[in-house]
Amino acid sequence: MLIYLVVSLVAAAWLVPLVVVVLNSLRSNEEIAQTSMIGWPQHWAFGNYLTAWSDFCVAQTCAGIRPYMLNSALVTIPATIFSTLLGAVAGYAVSLWRFRGDQWIYGIVTLGIFLPQQMRLLPWTFVLRDTGLMNTLTGLVLIHTIQGLSFTVLFCRNYYVAIPQELIRAARIDGAGFFRIFWRIILPLSPPILVVTVIWQFTHIWNEFLYGVTFTTGQQQPVTAALIALSAAVADIPHHGVQSAAVMIAALPTLLIYLIGGKYFVRGLTAGAVK
Amino acid sequence: MTDTVATAPRTGRPTTAALAGRLPEYLTIWVPLLLSAAHLVSFSLWTIWISFTPSTLIPVSGWVGLRHYTAVIASRNWNIAFDNLLLFGSTFVLLSLVTGLVLAILLDQRIRGENVLRSIFLYPLAVSFVVTGTVWSWLLNPGLGIQKLVHDLGWTSFRFDWLVDRDMAIWTIVVAAIWQSSGFAMALFLAGLRSVDADLIKAAQIDGAGPVRMYRRVILPTLWPITITVMVIQLQFAISTFDLVRALTNGGPGLATQLPALVVYDLMFQRGLLGRGAAAAVLMLLILLAVLLPYAAWRYLQRRRSAHA
Repeated sequence: MLIYLVVSLVAAAWLVPLVVVVLNSLRSNEEIAQTSMIGWPQHWAFGNYLTAWSDFCVAQTCAGIRPYMLNSALVTIPATIFSTLLGAVAGYAVSLWRFRGDQWIYGIVTLGIFLPQQMRLLPWTFVLRDTGLMNTLTGLVLIHTIQGLSFTVLFCRNYYVAIPQELIRAARIDGAGFFRIFWRIILPLSPPILVVTVIWQFTHIWNEFLYGVTFTTGQQQPVTAALIALSAAVADIPHHGVQSAAVMIAALPTLLIYLIGGKYFVRGLTAGAVK
Repeated sequence: MTDTVATAPRTGRPTTAALAGRLPEYLTIWVPLLLSAAHLVSFSLWTIWISFTPSTLIPVSGWVGLRHYTAVIASRNWNIAFDNLLLFGSTFVLLSLVTGLVLAILLDQRIRGENVLRSIFLYPLAVSFVVTGTVWSWLLNPGLGIQKLVHDLGWTSFRFDWLVDRDMAIWTIVVAAIWQSSGFAMALFLAGLRSVDADLIKAAQIDGAGPVRMYRRVILPTLWPITITVMVIQLQFAISTFDLVRALTNGGPGLATQLPALVVYDLMFQRGLLGRGAAAAVLMLLILLAVLLPYAAWRYLQRRRSAHA
Protein backbone atom coordinates (compact mmCIF):
# COMPACT_ATOMS: atom_id res chain seq x y z
CA MET A 1 0.00 0.00 0.00
CA LEU A 2 2.85 2.35 0.85
CA ILE A 3 4.12 1.88 -2.68
CA TYR A 4 0.84 3.09 -4.14
CA LEU A 5 0.86 6.11 -1.85
CA VAL A 6 4.38 7.14 -2.83
CA VAL A 7 3.89 6.53 -6.54
CA SER A 8 0.57 8.38 -6.60
CA LEU A 9 2.06 11.37 -4.78
CA VAL A 10 4.95 11.60 -7.24
CA ALA A 11 2.58 11.16 -10.17
CA ALA A 12 0.37 13.93 -8.81
CA ALA A 13 3.39 16.21 -8.49
CA TRP A 14 4.35 15.37 -12.08
CA LEU A 15 0.88 16.39 -13.24
CA VAL A 16 0.82 19.73 -11.42
CA PRO A 17 2.25 21.84 -14.28
CA LEU A 18 -0.21 20.35 -16.77
CA VAL A 19 -3.20 20.75 -14.46
CA VAL A 20 -2.21 24.32 -13.65
CA VAL A 21 -2.04 25.34 -17.32
CA VAL A 22 -5.28 23.60 -18.20
CA LEU A 23 -7.10 25.30 -15.31
CA ASN A 24 -5.55 28.69 -16.04
CA SER A 25 -6.48 28.44 -19.68
CA LEU A 26 -10.09 28.33 -18.45
CA ARG A 27 -9.85 31.26 -16.02
CA SER A 28 -10.24 34.91 -16.98
CA ASN A 29 -7.19 37.17 -16.95
CA GLU A 30 -8.77 39.27 -14.19
CA GLU A 31 -9.44 36.27 -11.98
CA ILE A 32 -5.81 35.16 -12.24
CA ALA A 33 -4.56 38.69 -11.59
CA GLN A 34 -6.63 38.88 -8.40
CA THR A 35 -5.49 35.53 -7.00
CA SER A 36 -2.59 33.45 -8.31
CA MET A 37 -1.72 31.17 -11.20
CA ILE A 38 -2.89 28.23 -9.13
CA GLY A 39 -6.61 27.92 -8.60
CA TRP A 40 -9.95 26.51 -9.67
CA PRO A 41 -11.87 28.52 -12.28
CA GLN A 42 -14.74 30.50 -10.74
CA HIS A 43 -16.22 31.20 -14.16
CA TRP A 44 -15.25 28.97 -17.01
CA ALA A 45 -13.59 31.20 -19.55
CA PHE A 46 -13.64 29.04 -22.65
CA GLY A 47 -13.29 32.21 -24.69
CA ASN A 48 -9.56 32.24 -23.83
CA TYR A 49 -8.97 29.58 -26.46
CA LEU A 50 -10.72 31.58 -29.15
CA THR A 51 -8.79 34.72 -28.25
CA ALA A 52 -5.48 32.88 -28.11
CA TRP A 53 -6.18 31.17 -31.42
CA SER A 54 -7.21 34.10 -33.56
CA ASP A 55 -7.22 37.50 -31.81
CA PHE A 56 -4.38 37.81 -29.41
CA CYS A 57 -1.50 40.16 -30.23
CA VAL A 58 1.98 38.69 -30.63
CA ALA A 59 4.65 41.23 -31.53
CA GLN A 60 2.39 43.90 -33.07
CA THR A 61 0.26 41.48 -35.10
CA CYS A 62 -3.11 40.59 -33.68
CA ALA A 63 -4.01 37.30 -35.32
CA GLY A 64 -3.55 35.00 -32.36
CA ILE A 65 -1.21 32.04 -32.59
CA ARG A 66 -3.00 30.51 -35.57
CA PRO A 67 -0.44 31.75 -38.16
CA TYR A 68 2.42 30.40 -36.04
CA MET A 69 0.70 27.05 -35.58
CA LEU A 70 0.31 26.93 -39.34
CA ASN A 71 4.02 27.75 -39.78
CA SER A 72 4.98 24.96 -37.40
CA ALA A 73 2.76 22.53 -39.27
CA LEU A 74 4.14 23.62 -42.65
CA VAL A 75 7.68 23.02 -41.39
CA THR A 76 7.09 19.91 -39.30
CA ILE A 77 4.96 17.84 -41.66
CA PRO A 78 7.13 18.06 -44.82
CA ALA A 79 10.39 17.78 -42.87
CA THR A 80 9.08 14.71 -41.03
CA ILE A 81 7.98 13.03 -44.25
CA PHE A 82 11.19 13.82 -46.17
CA SER A 83 13.59 12.86 -43.41
CA THR A 84 11.71 9.64 -42.68
CA LEU A 85 11.53 8.50 -46.31
CA LEU A 86 15.14 9.39 -47.07
CA GLY A 87 16.22 7.80 -43.81
CA ALA A 88 14.35 4.60 -44.59
CA VAL A 89 15.98 4.24 -48.02
CA ALA A 90 19.43 5.13 -46.70
CA GLY A 91 19.00 2.85 -43.68
CA TYR A 92 18.00 0.02 -46.01
CA ALA A 93 21.02 0.73 -48.22
CA VAL A 94 23.58 0.66 -45.39
CA SER A 95 22.08 -2.35 -43.62
CA LEU A 96 21.13 -4.72 -46.43
CA TRP A 97 22.76 -3.40 -49.58
CA ARG A 98 26.38 -3.17 -48.71
CA PHE A 99 28.45 -0.80 -50.83
CA ARG A 100 31.91 0.61 -50.64
CA GLY A 101 32.37 3.08 -47.78
CA ASP A 102 28.96 2.36 -46.29
CA GLN A 103 30.13 1.88 -42.71
CA TRP A 104 32.23 5.04 -42.84
CA ILE A 105 29.49 7.25 -44.10
CA TYR A 106 26.98 5.68 -41.72
CA GLY A 107 29.34 6.41 -38.82
CA ILE A 108 29.71 10.06 -39.81
CA VAL A 109 25.96 10.51 -40.31
CA THR A 110 25.17 9.17 -36.83
CA LEU A 111 27.72 11.54 -35.28
CA GLY A 112 25.15 14.20 -36.10
CA ILE A 113 23.19 12.99 -33.08
CA PHE A 114 25.92 14.40 -30.86
CA LEU A 115 27.08 17.51 -32.71
CA PRO A 116 25.68 20.55 -30.84
CA GLN A 117 23.37 22.84 -32.80
CA GLN A 118 25.65 25.72 -31.89
CA MET A 119 28.35 24.32 -34.18
CA ARG A 120 25.96 24.57 -37.14
CA LEU A 121 24.29 27.90 -36.46
CA LEU A 122 26.67 30.15 -38.39
CA PRO A 123 27.11 27.86 -41.43
CA TRP A 124 23.34 27.48 -41.73
CA THR A 125 23.03 31.25 -41.48
CA PHE A 126 25.36 31.72 -44.45
CA VAL A 127 23.84 28.89 -46.47
CA LEU A 128 20.31 30.19 -45.96
CA ARG A 129 21.39 33.74 -46.79
CA ASP A 130 23.16 32.71 -49.98
CA THR A 131 20.28 30.55 -51.17
CA GLY A 132 17.69 33.18 -50.36
CA LEU A 133 16.02 30.86 -47.86
CA MET A 134 16.63 33.03 -44.81
CA ASN A 135 13.38 33.77 -42.97
CA THR A 136 11.43 31.20 -44.97
CA LEU A 137 9.68 28.02 -43.92
CA THR A 138 11.44 26.21 -46.77
CA GLY A 139 14.74 26.98 -45.09
CA LEU A 140 13.58 25.37 -41.84
CA VAL A 141 12.26 22.34 -43.76
CA LEU A 142 15.67 21.97 -45.40
CA ILE A 143 17.52 22.20 -42.08
CA HIS A 144 15.27 19.73 -40.28
CA THR A 145 15.29 17.28 -43.18
CA ILE A 146 19.08 17.15 -43.41
CA GLN A 147 19.69 17.14 -39.67
CA GLY A 148 16.92 14.66 -39.03
CA LEU A 149 18.66 12.12 -41.26
CA SER A 150 21.12 11.37 -38.45
CA PHE A 151 18.25 9.98 -36.38
CA THR A 152 16.11 8.45 -39.11
CA VAL A 153 19.01 6.57 -40.73
CA LEU A 154 20.04 5.23 -37.32
CA PHE A 155 16.52 4.08 -36.41
CA CYS A 156 15.85 2.41 -39.76
CA ARG A 157 19.28 0.86 -40.13
CA ASN A 158 19.09 -0.75 -36.68
CA TYR A 159 15.68 -2.13 -37.54
CA TYR A 160 16.56 -3.45 -40.99
CA VAL A 161 19.73 -5.16 -39.77
CA ALA A 162 17.48 -7.73 -38.09
CA ILE A 163 15.74 -8.70 -41.35
CA PRO A 164 16.90 -12.15 -42.50
CA GLN A 165 19.33 -11.95 -45.36
CA GLU A 166 17.82 -14.96 -47.12
CA LEU A 167 14.80 -12.86 -47.95
CA ILE A 168 16.90 -10.32 -49.83
CA ARG A 169 19.12 -12.97 -51.40
CA ALA A 170 16.15 -14.88 -52.76
CA ALA A 171 14.66 -11.71 -54.21
CA ARG A 172 17.92 -10.86 -55.92
CA ILE A 173 18.15 -14.29 -57.47
CA ASP A 174 14.67 -13.66 -58.83
CA GLY A 175 16.09 -10.54 -60.46
CA ALA A 176 14.65 -7.89 -58.16
CA GLY A 177 16.68 -4.68 -57.96
CA PHE A 178 17.32 -2.10 -55.26
CA PHE A 179 13.99 -0.28 -55.49
CA ARG A 180 11.87 -3.38 -56.12
CA ILE A 181 13.22 -5.07 -53.01
CA PHE A 182 12.67 -1.93 -51.00
CA TRP A 183 9.14 -1.52 -52.27
CA ARG A 184 8.03 -5.16 -52.17
CA ILE A 185 9.93 -6.60 -49.21
CA ILE A 186 11.35 -3.89 -46.94
CA LEU A 187 8.52 -1.37 -46.91
CA PRO A 188 5.81 -3.92 -45.97
CA LEU A 189 7.98 -4.93 -43.00
CA SER A 190 8.58 -1.33 -41.96
CA PRO A 191 5.40 0.10 -40.38
CA PRO A 192 6.61 -0.29 -36.76
CA ILE A 193 9.89 1.53 -37.33
CA LEU A 194 8.29 4.13 -39.60
CA VAL A 195 5.78 4.97 -36.86
CA VAL A 196 8.60 5.31 -34.32
CA THR A 197 10.58 7.51 -36.70
CA VAL A 198 7.65 9.70 -37.69
CA ILE A 199 6.65 10.28 -34.06
CA TRP A 200 10.22 11.05 -33.08
CA GLN A 201 10.79 13.48 -35.94
CA PHE A 202 7.44 15.18 -35.58
CA THR A 203 7.89 15.71 -31.83
CA HIS A 204 11.41 17.03 -32.18
CA ILE A 205 10.78 19.34 -35.10
CA TRP A 206 7.57 20.70 -33.63
CA ASN A 207 9.26 21.39 -30.30
CA GLU A 208 12.44 22.84 -31.79
CA PHE A 209 13.16 26.42 -30.82
CA LEU A 210 16.74 27.54 -31.51
CA TYR A 211 16.65 27.34 -35.32
CA GLY A 212 13.17 28.78 -35.43
CA VAL A 213 14.14 31.84 -33.42
CA THR A 214 17.47 32.29 -35.22
CA PHE A 215 16.43 31.89 -38.83
CA THR A 216 12.94 33.37 -38.87
CA THR A 217 11.38 36.58 -37.63
CA GLY A 218 7.90 38.04 -37.21
CA GLN A 219 5.19 36.29 -39.17
CA GLN A 220 7.45 33.46 -40.32
CA GLN A 221 8.22 32.10 -36.87
CA PRO A 222 7.19 28.65 -35.65
CA VAL A 223 4.95 28.49 -32.61
CA THR A 224 7.74 27.83 -30.07
CA ALA A 225 9.43 31.09 -31.02
CA ALA A 226 6.08 32.88 -31.02
CA LEU A 227 5.40 31.70 -27.47
CA ILE A 228 8.59 33.38 -26.29
CA ALA A 229 7.62 36.57 -28.11
CA LEU A 230 4.21 36.27 -26.47
CA SER A 231 5.78 35.95 -23.01
CA ALA A 232 7.72 39.12 -23.61
CA ALA A 233 4.51 40.94 -24.57
CA VAL A 234 2.61 39.54 -21.61
CA ALA A 235 5.26 40.76 -19.18
CA ASP A 236 3.95 44.29 -19.80
CA ILE A 237 0.21 43.62 -19.53
CA PRO A 238 -0.65 40.32 -17.87
CA HIS A 239 -2.99 38.10 -19.90
CA HIS A 240 -2.21 34.84 -18.22
CA GLY A 241 -5.50 33.17 -19.00
CA VAL A 242 -5.14 33.72 -22.72
CA GLN A 243 -1.45 32.95 -22.60
CA SER A 244 -2.16 29.63 -20.88
CA ALA A 245 -4.61 28.80 -23.63
CA ALA A 246 -1.93 29.64 -26.22
CA VAL A 247 0.57 27.41 -24.42
CA MET A 248 -1.96 24.56 -24.37
CA ILE A 249 -2.71 24.93 -28.08
CA ALA A 250 1.01 24.90 -28.89
CA ALA A 251 1.59 21.79 -26.77
CA LEU A 252 -1.47 19.94 -28.00
CA PRO A 253 -0.18 18.34 -31.24
CA THR A 254 2.75 16.56 -29.59
CA LEU A 255 0.75 15.74 -26.46
CA LEU A 256 -1.96 14.11 -28.59
CA ILE A 257 0.59 12.12 -30.54
CA TYR A 258 2.11 11.00 -27.25
CA LEU A 259 -1.29 9.95 -25.90
CA ILE A 260 -2.10 7.97 -29.05
CA GLY A 261 1.32 6.54 -29.86
CA GLY A 262 3.04 6.55 -26.47
CA LYS A 263 4.44 3.06 -26.93
CA TYR A 264 6.20 4.08 -30.14
CA PHE A 265 7.38 7.34 -28.63
CA VAL A 266 9.10 5.48 -25.79
CA ARG A 267 10.58 3.02 -28.26
CA GLY A 268 12.15 5.94 -30.10
CA LEU A 269 13.55 7.33 -26.86
CA THR A 270 15.20 4.08 -25.90
CA ALA A 271 16.33 3.31 -29.45
CA GLY A 272 18.05 6.68 -29.57
CA ALA A 273 19.73 5.90 -26.27
CA VAL A 274 21.02 2.41 -26.94
CA LYS A 275 23.04 3.05 -30.04
CA MET B 1 27.78 -7.43 -40.04
CA THR B 2 29.11 -10.59 -41.68
CA ASP B 3 25.68 -11.81 -42.61
CA THR B 4 24.82 -8.97 -44.97
CA VAL B 5 24.45 -9.45 -48.68
CA ALA B 6 27.52 -8.58 -50.69
CA THR B 7 27.05 -6.35 -53.70
CA ALA B 8 26.34 -8.16 -56.93
CA PRO B 9 29.25 -10.34 -57.98
CA ARG B 10 31.35 -8.45 -60.49
CA THR B 11 31.92 -10.47 -63.62
CA GLY B 12 34.13 -8.31 -65.72
CA ARG B 13 33.62 -4.61 -66.40
CA PRO B 14 30.05 -3.32 -66.07
CA THR B 15 28.89 -1.68 -69.27
CA THR B 16 28.10 2.01 -69.38
CA ALA B 17 24.48 1.15 -70.03
CA ALA B 18 24.36 -1.01 -66.91
CA LEU B 19 25.87 1.79 -64.88
CA ALA B 20 23.43 4.33 -66.26
CA GLY B 21 20.62 1.95 -65.43
CA ARG B 22 21.71 1.86 -61.83
CA LEU B 23 22.15 5.63 -61.62
CA PRO B 24 18.81 6.29 -59.84
CA GLU B 25 19.79 3.72 -57.25
CA TYR B 26 23.21 5.29 -56.64
CA LEU B 27 21.66 8.73 -56.44
CA THR B 28 19.07 7.70 -53.84
CA ILE B 29 21.68 5.92 -51.76
CA TRP B 30 24.35 8.56 -51.90
CA VAL B 31 22.68 11.95 -52.10
CA PRO B 32 20.98 11.94 -48.67
CA LEU B 33 23.90 10.23 -46.94
CA LEU B 34 26.45 12.53 -48.52
CA LEU B 35 24.39 15.64 -47.80
CA SER B 36 24.11 14.66 -44.16
CA ALA B 37 27.75 13.64 -43.72
CA ALA B 38 29.07 16.59 -45.74
CA HIS B 39 27.08 19.13 -43.79
CA LEU B 40 28.27 17.68 -40.48
CA VAL B 41 31.94 17.71 -41.45
CA SER B 42 32.00 20.96 -43.41
CA PHE B 43 29.85 22.89 -40.93
CA SER B 44 32.06 21.84 -38.04
CA LEU B 45 35.22 22.83 -39.91
CA TRP B 46 33.55 26.06 -41.02
CA THR B 47 32.69 27.05 -37.45
CA ILE B 48 36.17 26.10 -36.26
CA TRP B 49 37.67 28.21 -39.06
CA ILE B 50 35.53 31.22 -38.17
CA SER B 51 36.72 30.95 -34.57
CA PHE B 52 40.27 31.70 -35.79
CA THR B 53 39.33 34.68 -37.98
CA PRO B 54 38.80 38.32 -36.97
CA SER B 55 35.10 38.06 -38.03
CA THR B 56 32.66 40.32 -36.25
CA LEU B 57 29.36 41.15 -37.96
CA ILE B 58 30.24 39.34 -41.18
CA PRO B 59 32.73 36.52 -41.74
CA VAL B 60 36.10 37.71 -42.99
CA SER B 61 39.28 35.80 -43.69
CA GLY B 62 42.40 36.36 -41.68
CA TRP B 63 44.04 34.74 -38.73
CA VAL B 64 43.91 35.81 -35.11
CA GLY B 65 45.13 32.59 -33.57
CA LEU B 66 43.61 31.79 -30.20
CA ARG B 67 42.62 35.36 -29.44
CA HIS B 68 38.88 34.66 -29.44
CA TYR B 69 39.36 31.66 -27.21
CA THR B 70 41.36 33.57 -24.62
CA ALA B 71 38.82 36.41 -24.78
CA VAL B 72 35.90 34.03 -24.19
CA ILE B 73 37.63 32.14 -21.40
CA ALA B 74 38.62 35.39 -19.70
CA SER B 75 35.09 36.85 -19.93
CA ARG B 76 32.90 37.01 -16.84
CA ASN B 77 29.95 35.85 -18.89
CA TRP B 78 31.58 32.57 -19.91
CA ASN B 79 33.05 31.92 -16.47
CA ILE B 80 29.68 32.25 -14.80
CA ALA B 81 28.11 30.11 -17.52
CA PHE B 82 30.74 27.43 -17.05
CA ASP B 83 30.39 27.38 -13.25
CA ASN B 84 26.62 27.21 -13.67
CA LEU B 85 26.98 24.33 -16.10
CA LEU B 86 29.14 22.41 -13.62
CA LEU B 87 26.63 22.94 -10.83
CA PHE B 88 23.55 22.38 -12.98
CA GLY B 89 25.05 19.44 -14.89
CA SER B 90 26.23 17.53 -11.84
CA THR B 91 23.18 18.05 -9.62
CA PHE B 92 20.65 17.57 -12.39
CA VAL B 93 22.26 14.39 -13.69
CA LEU B 94 22.67 12.89 -10.23
CA LEU B 95 19.17 13.76 -9.05
CA SER B 96 17.45 12.68 -12.26
CA LEU B 97 19.33 9.36 -12.12
CA VAL B 98 18.21 8.78 -8.54
CA THR B 99 14.63 9.87 -9.26
CA GLY B 100 14.50 7.72 -12.38
CA LEU B 101 15.91 4.68 -10.61
CA VAL B 102 13.56 4.98 -7.64
CA LEU B 103 10.55 5.37 -9.94
CA ALA B 104 11.68 2.40 -12.02
CA ILE B 105 12.09 0.19 -8.94
CA LEU B 106 8.66 1.24 -7.66
CA LEU B 107 7.01 0.54 -11.00
CA ASP B 108 8.81 -2.78 -11.22
CA GLN B 109 6.86 -4.14 -8.21
CA ARG B 110 4.06 -5.42 -10.46
CA ILE B 111 1.77 -2.64 -9.34
CA ARG B 112 -1.59 -1.86 -10.86
CA GLY B 113 -1.87 0.99 -13.31
CA GLU B 114 1.75 0.76 -14.31
CA ASN B 115 1.02 1.94 -17.84
CA VAL B 116 -0.83 5.02 -16.69
CA LEU B 117 1.89 5.91 -14.18
CA ARG B 118 4.62 5.41 -16.75
CA SER B 119 2.78 7.70 -19.17
CA ILE B 120 2.52 10.36 -16.48
CA PHE B 121 6.24 10.30 -15.72
CA LEU B 122 7.12 10.45 -19.40
CA TYR B 123 4.69 13.02 -20.75
CA PRO B 124 6.98 16.04 -20.14
CA LEU B 125 9.34 14.60 -22.75
CA ALA B 126 6.70 14.99 -25.43
CA VAL B 127 6.33 18.70 -24.76
CA SER B 128 8.60 21.52 -25.88
CA PHE B 129 11.01 23.02 -23.36
CA VAL B 130 9.59 26.39 -24.30
CA VAL B 131 6.20 25.27 -23.03
CA THR B 132 7.44 23.62 -19.86
CA GLY B 133 9.87 26.44 -19.14
CA THR B 134 7.06 28.97 -19.44
CA VAL B 135 4.80 26.99 -17.13
CA TRP B 136 7.55 26.56 -14.54
CA SER B 137 8.28 30.29 -14.72
CA TRP B 138 4.68 30.89 -13.63
CA LEU B 139 4.70 28.34 -10.83
CA LEU B 140 8.00 29.61 -9.45
CA ASN B 141 7.27 33.31 -9.91
CA PRO B 142 6.81 34.59 -6.33
CA GLY B 143 4.15 37.11 -7.38
CA LEU B 144 2.10 34.59 -9.40
CA GLY B 145 2.77 31.03 -8.41
CA ILE B 146 3.34 28.88 -5.37
CA GLN B 147 4.44 31.69 -3.05
CA LYS B 148 1.41 33.81 -3.98
CA LEU B 149 -0.92 30.88 -3.42
CA VAL B 150 0.46 30.20 0.06
CA HIS B 151 0.26 33.90 0.90
CA ASP B 152 -3.37 33.99 -0.20
CA LEU B 153 -4.05 31.02 2.05
CA GLY B 154 -2.89 33.08 5.00
CA TRP B 155 0.74 32.12 5.59
CA THR B 156 2.16 35.50 4.63
CA SER B 157 5.72 35.01 5.81
CA PHE B 158 6.19 32.03 3.46
CA ARG B 159 9.02 32.57 1.01
CA PHE B 160 9.72 30.65 -2.17
CA ASP B 161 11.41 33.12 -4.47
CA TRP B 162 14.27 31.14 -6.03
CA LEU B 163 13.36 32.50 -9.45
CA VAL B 164 14.36 36.04 -8.48
CA ASP B 165 17.09 35.09 -6.02
CA ARG B 166 20.55 35.27 -7.61
CA ASP B 167 21.91 32.50 -5.43
CA MET B 168 18.99 30.13 -5.85
CA ALA B 169 17.82 30.79 -9.43
CA ILE B 170 19.97 28.01 -10.91
CA TRP B 171 18.00 25.52 -8.80
CA THR B 172 14.82 26.41 -10.64
CA ILE B 173 16.51 25.13 -13.80
CA VAL B 174 17.56 21.99 -11.95
CA VAL B 175 14.00 21.36 -10.72
CA ALA B 176 12.43 21.89 -14.14
CA ALA B 177 15.04 19.74 -15.86
CA ILE B 178 14.58 16.90 -13.37
CA TRP B 179 10.84 17.06 -13.79
CA GLN B 180 11.19 17.02 -17.56
CA SER B 181 13.67 14.22 -18.01
CA SER B 182 13.61 11.84 -15.03
CA GLY B 183 11.01 9.85 -16.95
CA PHE B 184 13.63 9.11 -19.56
CA ALA B 185 15.98 7.63 -16.93
CA MET B 186 13.02 5.70 -15.52
CA ALA B 187 12.15 4.20 -18.91
CA LEU B 188 15.69 2.98 -19.49
CA PHE B 189 16.11 1.66 -15.94
CA LEU B 190 12.78 -0.11 -16.14
CA ALA B 191 13.86 -1.81 -19.36
CA GLY B 192 17.08 -2.80 -17.58
CA LEU B 193 15.28 -4.17 -14.52
CA ARG B 194 12.97 -6.22 -16.74
CA SER B 195 15.90 -7.79 -18.54
CA VAL B 196 17.72 -9.03 -15.43
CA ASP B 197 18.32 -12.75 -15.76
CA ALA B 198 15.44 -14.59 -14.06
CA ASP B 199 17.75 -17.44 -13.03
CA LEU B 200 19.97 -14.97 -11.19
CA ILE B 201 16.98 -13.76 -9.18
CA LYS B 202 15.77 -17.28 -8.50
CA ALA B 203 19.21 -18.34 -7.29
CA ALA B 204 19.35 -15.37 -4.93
CA GLN B 205 15.87 -16.20 -3.64
CA ILE B 206 16.92 -19.76 -2.90
CA ASP B 207 19.87 -18.34 -1.00
CA GLY B 208 17.32 -16.50 1.13
CA ALA B 209 18.03 -12.95 -0.03
CA GLY B 210 15.39 -10.39 1.04
CA PRO B 211 14.17 -7.70 -1.33
CA VAL B 212 16.65 -5.05 -0.16
CA ARG B 213 19.60 -7.40 -0.38
CA MET B 214 18.32 -8.63 -3.71
CA TYR B 215 18.39 -5.13 -5.16
CA ARG B 216 21.70 -4.15 -3.65
CA ARG B 217 23.63 -7.29 -4.40
CA VAL B 218 21.99 -8.86 -7.42
CA ILE B 219 19.89 -6.48 -9.47
CA LEU B 220 21.47 -3.03 -9.20
CA PRO B 221 24.98 -4.18 -10.15
CA THR B 222 23.61 -5.35 -13.51
CA LEU B 223 22.34 -1.81 -14.17
CA TRP B 224 25.78 -0.20 -14.39
CA PRO B 225 25.96 -0.03 -18.18
CA ILE B 226 22.50 1.56 -18.38
CA THR B 227 23.39 4.01 -15.62
CA ILE B 228 26.41 5.21 -17.54
CA THR B 229 24.45 5.52 -20.78
CA VAL B 230 21.70 7.52 -19.07
CA MET B 231 24.30 9.70 -17.39
CA VAL B 232 26.04 10.52 -20.65
CA ILE B 233 22.78 11.36 -22.43
CA GLN B 234 21.63 13.58 -19.57
CA LEU B 235 25.03 15.32 -19.50
CA GLN B 236 24.79 15.88 -23.23
CA PHE B 237 21.38 17.45 -22.66
CA ALA B 238 22.72 19.60 -19.82
CA ILE B 239 25.61 20.91 -21.91
CA SER B 240 23.38 22.02 -24.75
CA THR B 241 20.49 23.34 -22.60
CA PHE B 242 19.10 26.45 -24.22
CA ASP B 243 15.31 26.49 -24.71
CA LEU B 244 14.50 25.64 -21.10
CA VAL B 245 16.59 28.48 -19.67
CA ARG B 246 15.45 30.88 -22.37
CA ALA B 247 11.83 30.29 -21.40
CA LEU B 248 12.29 29.95 -17.64
CA THR B 249 14.78 32.64 -16.61
CA ASN B 250 16.43 33.89 -19.80
CA GLY B 251 19.76 33.61 -18.01
CA GLY B 252 18.75 35.90 -15.16
CA PRO B 253 18.40 37.41 -12.68
CA GLY B 254 21.56 39.15 -13.85
CA LEU B 255 23.75 36.32 -15.06
CA ALA B 256 22.64 33.89 -12.35
CA THR B 257 21.41 31.19 -14.74
CA GLN B 258 23.69 31.90 -17.68
CA LEU B 259 24.77 28.74 -19.56
CA PRO B 260 27.25 28.21 -22.42
CA ALA B 261 24.55 27.80 -25.09
CA LEU B 262 23.14 31.20 -24.14
CA VAL B 263 26.59 32.78 -24.29
CA VAL B 264 27.10 31.41 -27.81
CA TYR B 265 23.75 32.77 -28.98
CA ASP B 266 24.39 36.12 -27.34
CA LEU B 267 27.84 36.53 -28.92
CA MET B 268 26.74 35.43 -32.39
CA PHE B 269 23.37 37.05 -32.83
CA GLN B 270 23.01 39.77 -30.23
CA ARG B 271 26.48 41.28 -30.08
CA GLY B 272 27.48 40.36 -33.63
CA LEU B 273 30.83 38.89 -32.62
CA LEU B 274 30.89 35.91 -34.98
CA GLY B 275 34.50 34.91 -34.34
CA ARG B 276 34.08 34.98 -30.59
CA GLY B 277 30.71 33.21 -30.79
CA ALA B 278 32.25 30.48 -32.93
CA ALA B 279 35.05 30.08 -30.39
CA ALA B 280 32.46 29.69 -27.62
CA ALA B 281 30.63 27.07 -29.73
CA VAL B 282 33.87 25.14 -30.22
CA LEU B 283 34.48 25.31 -26.46
CA MET B 284 31.01 23.81 -25.97
CA LEU B 285 31.95 21.03 -28.36
CA LEU B 286 35.15 20.42 -26.38
CA ILE B 287 33.17 20.14 -23.13
CA LEU B 288 30.89 17.66 -24.85
CA LEU B 289 33.84 15.66 -26.16
CA ALA B 290 35.27 15.52 -22.63
CA VAL B 291 32.13 13.55 -21.77
CA LEU B 292 31.62 11.59 -24.99
CA LEU B 293 35.17 10.42 -25.75
CA PRO B 294 35.66 8.50 -22.46
CA TYR B 295 32.18 7.07 -22.99
CA ALA B 296 33.03 5.94 -26.53
CA ALA B 297 36.26 4.36 -25.28
CA TRP B 298 34.35 2.57 -22.53
CA ARG B 299 31.75 1.30 -25.01
CA TYR B 300 34.52 0.09 -27.30
CA LEU B 301 36.24 -1.83 -24.48
CA GLN B 302 32.93 -3.35 -23.40
CA ARG B 303 32.14 -4.50 -26.89
CA ARG B 304 35.58 -6.06 -27.26
CA ARG B 305 35.23 -7.82 -23.94
CA SER B 306 31.85 -9.27 -24.84
CA ALA B 307 33.19 -10.28 -28.26
CA HIS B 308 35.96 -12.27 -26.56
CA ALA B 309 33.71 -13.78 -23.93
